[in-house]
Amino acid sequence: MKKTCLYEKHVALGALISPFGGFEMPIQYAGITPEHMAVREKVGVFDVSHMGEVTVKGKDAERYVQHIFTNDIAGAPVGKIYYGMMCYENGGTVDDLLVYKMGENDFFLVINAANIDKDWAWMQENAKGFDIDLQNRSGFYGQIAVQGPDAEKTVEEVLGLPCKELVFYTVKTIGDVIVSRTGYTGEDGFEVYASHEYIQQCWDKLIAAGVQPCGLGCRDTLRFEVGLPLYGDELSADITPIMAGLGIFVKLDKPEFIGKEALAKQKAEGPAKKIVGIELADKAIPRHGYPVLNMAGETIGEVTTGYHTLSTDKSVCMALIDAQYAKLDTDVQIQIRKKVFPGKTVKKQFYNKSYKK
Amino acid sequence: MATVKEGLYYSESHEYVKVEGNYGFIGITDYAQHALGNVVYVDMPDVDDEVTAGEEFGAVESVKAASDLYSPVSGTVVEVNEALEDTPELINKDAFENWIIKVELSDKSELDALMDAKAYEAFCENA
Repeated sequence: MKKTCLYEKHVALGALISPFGGFEMPIQYAGITPEHMAVREKVGVFDVSHMGEVTVKGKDAERYVQHIFTNDIAGAPVGKIYYGMMCYENGGTVDDLLVYKMGENDFFLVINAANIDKDWAWMQENAKGFDIDLQNRSGFYGQIAVQGPDAEKTVEEVLGLPCKELVFYTVKTIGDVIVSRTGYTGEDGFEVYASHEYIQQCWDKLIAAGVQPCGLGCRDTLRFEVGLPLYGDELSADITPIMAGLGIFVKLDKPEFIGKEALAKQKAEGPAKKIVGIELADKAIPRHGYPVLNMAGETIGEVTTGYHTLSTDKSVCMALIDAQYAKLDTDVQIQIRKKVFPGKTVKKQFYNKSYKK
Repeated sequence: MATVKEGLYYSESHEYVKVEGNYGFIGITDYAQHALGNVVYVDMPDVDDEVTAGEEFGAVESVKAASDLYSPVSGTVVEVNEALEDTPELINKDAFENWIIKVELSDKSELDALMDAKAYEAFCENA
């Protein structure tokens, strides 16, 4: 099991540690609820050093990224960031990722921890015929996410990193430090990528300044509430971006990318299954893998992520179900242990994002 | 630190039984509520349901996960703690005071298979 450069600090803070994506990661410090609320109301800091980073440079860098990535980066200004997916030929998802345009033909790709080995193999396999320098820098970079309404003030004043002028989904470098206005919480916030030593210093400064350390527990409740997908739950080799309702990140008018034909066909015909939101009338909590039933009691899919949400006090979930039931306000049921609970399909955003655009 | 209360019977899956006459009040121990964190939902059986020693009868849920409840004894549910429906966090406040179900015991000899406070305390220390 791998450890991040901040592991010893988590142990010293008394964090509950669990394996995630091949790393020993902090799940919570003070508890999921206070950490969640700190991010919604003030500011919190996450160790996200487990995330993978790949750099793509060289003459064909842009053409290569366009080949493996579903979003369209053609003509992007330096400093712009794009969210999208890498897909297989059949449209299934290899991973979802961020592409940072650091310079002309110079890209920084951020991938999920659990997928680093698989993604790296996929990227190399599909690099044939491209004149590029592809590097897996996952072992070099540490990463923290500072998230919440006070994030800008915190990054500027505690870390001394000027970031005010960054708009949502843009990046700048300060020496060797990469700072972007991004995150995975639905709040304003920043992510900082740098050497292990620098990231350790940042962490210490933030904790000393009283910023709440936040674990992966609340990272999941925060991203879930605003309807952001997690690879392995709402996206997978079997769940395409079209099924996940992420079609806006799949630019079918691009000349070419891996999976384009399959995704175009699926979009035109409509997918057989879709990710939806479901709200239960009861307080019982739907969890990953629980069956979703129609009103006749037949299984029509399963829960991908579910919680009793902290910000809105409701039992809600995202679920992958047969497309015929995906229309908003459709009556469905969820089996939770021995009982079946009624609910209805809703928008899969249970709390409004407050990004600074 | 987790506390253990004298006079109760304890199971290895961290439930307790408080016996009053032919009735047993079943809940989760203070050790269990500490391990779970904030309880946000308690899934309880219905009155008149049968519970069986060693078998699942419901669940307590924290934000992150559901944890099954196993009955330490057999019997018939005569009452469920309805306060937990709206305020499940009572379990975090006082797990021993806030029992989950009240059961009419069908076989009091089953209590002999459970641990007393001292044995349970040692069990938790070695967990």
